[in-house]
Amino acid sequence: MSTETITAVEPKRESLFSKKNRKLLTDPLDDSNPITVQVLGICSALAITVQVQQAVIMSLAVLFVMIGGNVIVSMMRNIIPDRIRIIVQLVVIASLVIIVDEVLKAFSPDISEKLSVFVGLIITNCIIMGRLEAFALGNKPGPAMLDAVGNAMGYAWILLAVALGNAMGYAWILLAVALVREVFGSGAISFPGVGQVKFLPESWFMANGGFYENNNLMILPPMALITVGIIIWIQRSRNRSLIEEN
Amino acid sequence: MEYLSLFVKGIFVENMIFAYFLGMCSYLAVSKTVKTAVGLGFAVIFVLGITVPINYLLENFVLKEGALTWLSPEYATVDLSFLSFIMFIAVIASMVQLVEMIVEKFAPALYGALGIFLPLIAVNCSILGGALFMQERQYPSIGEATVFGLGSGVGWLLAIVAIAAIREKIRYSNIPAPLKGLGITFILTGLMGMAFMAFMGIEI
Repeated sequence: MSTETITAVEPKRESLFSKKNRKLLTDPLDDSNPITVQVLGICSALAITVQVQQAVIMSLAVLFVMIGGNVIVSMMRNIIPDRIRIIVQLVVIASLVIIVDEVLKAFSPDISEKLSVFVGLIITNCIIMGRLEAFALGNKPGPAMLDAVGNAMGYAWILLAVALGNAMGYAWILLAVALVREVFGSGAISFPGVGQVKFLPESWFMANGGFYENNNLMILPPMALITVGIIIWIQRSRNRSLIEEN
Repeated sequence: MEYLSLFVKGIFVENMIFAYFLGMCSYLAVSKTVKTAVGLGFAVIFVLGITVPINYLLENFVLKEGALTWLSPEYATVDLSFLSFIMFIAVIASMVQLVEMIVEKFAPALYGALGIFLPLIAVNCSILGGALFMQERQYPSIGEATVFGLGSGVGWLLAIVAIAAIREKIRYSNIPAPLKGLGITFILTGLMGMAFMAFMGIEI
């Protein structure tokens, strides 16, 4: 064994916000985005992006569960037997999800109703398991937390983008691209606590003699998939290193 | 008839993938060839068909409010449903493990075919999703819950085999490079989802 490998093994003290650690935070936003690149956590990402409000709540829930799970598993990483680690991880995640679910039920029952089974499905959201397996099991709690925050933010970013796209598409007939900026924000976007906010003047709508009609297709499930597909397309044409062979 | 309609509904109208996006992760990851897709699909049917009825029993005899009355009437007000997530996932994880061992012992040929896919299934959202939908919809009998589980599994198999077949063919198509792989798969799934929406609103 050469001396190089020994020094490499030796754990170096480094600050929580060193360059390497910052990368843990920023990478998942683009280069290793959990949804568009790592393909993790698609299941719930698509189903609840019809409204921005649900997407925000979901992102917060995932953020919480991921940070908690990553930190806890990372602290226990030396005492978890390898064989039963999946069950241990699932139990940690499930307990955190129960907390989220109970809090949601207590403070915003209507959102909890809308999210229905998808809160429970955070447990099997592979983005959480995936990061636990790939990162928390082999790293100290500090970096593990940053990794969780980064990945959860990357997750939230796509979730919001899809939700915004859908929300806009809700009141969106396909106009020429030149008109996009004019009619941008045309749809209704629902913010948590504020409710639905309409950007377009009422008189623009078809019903009031205008030219505009809500495009209901955009709120249907398949459009969430197509929107993600298009986001992937845009992202990969900007970042060519992500292109797949076939 | 009841059972048949529930089964057909699980496959087409309430398809796990196209209507609820459950099990998307493995759906996207393991759909490169038809052969592996078929293997994973059957493993999902198998596990859904076993875990949904078990979770049904658990829900109705342990977790639901008043479910413990069979032990003693004084438990009538006990409501353990907040524990359902952890119980369901524990059942799923241990059943998958158990099924893996039993299949390995008694049906080595099947194990050879399903082997590597079985552990993957514990974290497949469609399995936990099946259990949670069963809980939400309150099926009246265990028979109906089982048929619902099997139907959803068959629907999932149908979806993954279809996309795998398309992906095998599309390899020879001229797709814009950034759209290759994941991007086109998403768009294809969206288009298939639209086709499946034609089944919506059908009253069976």
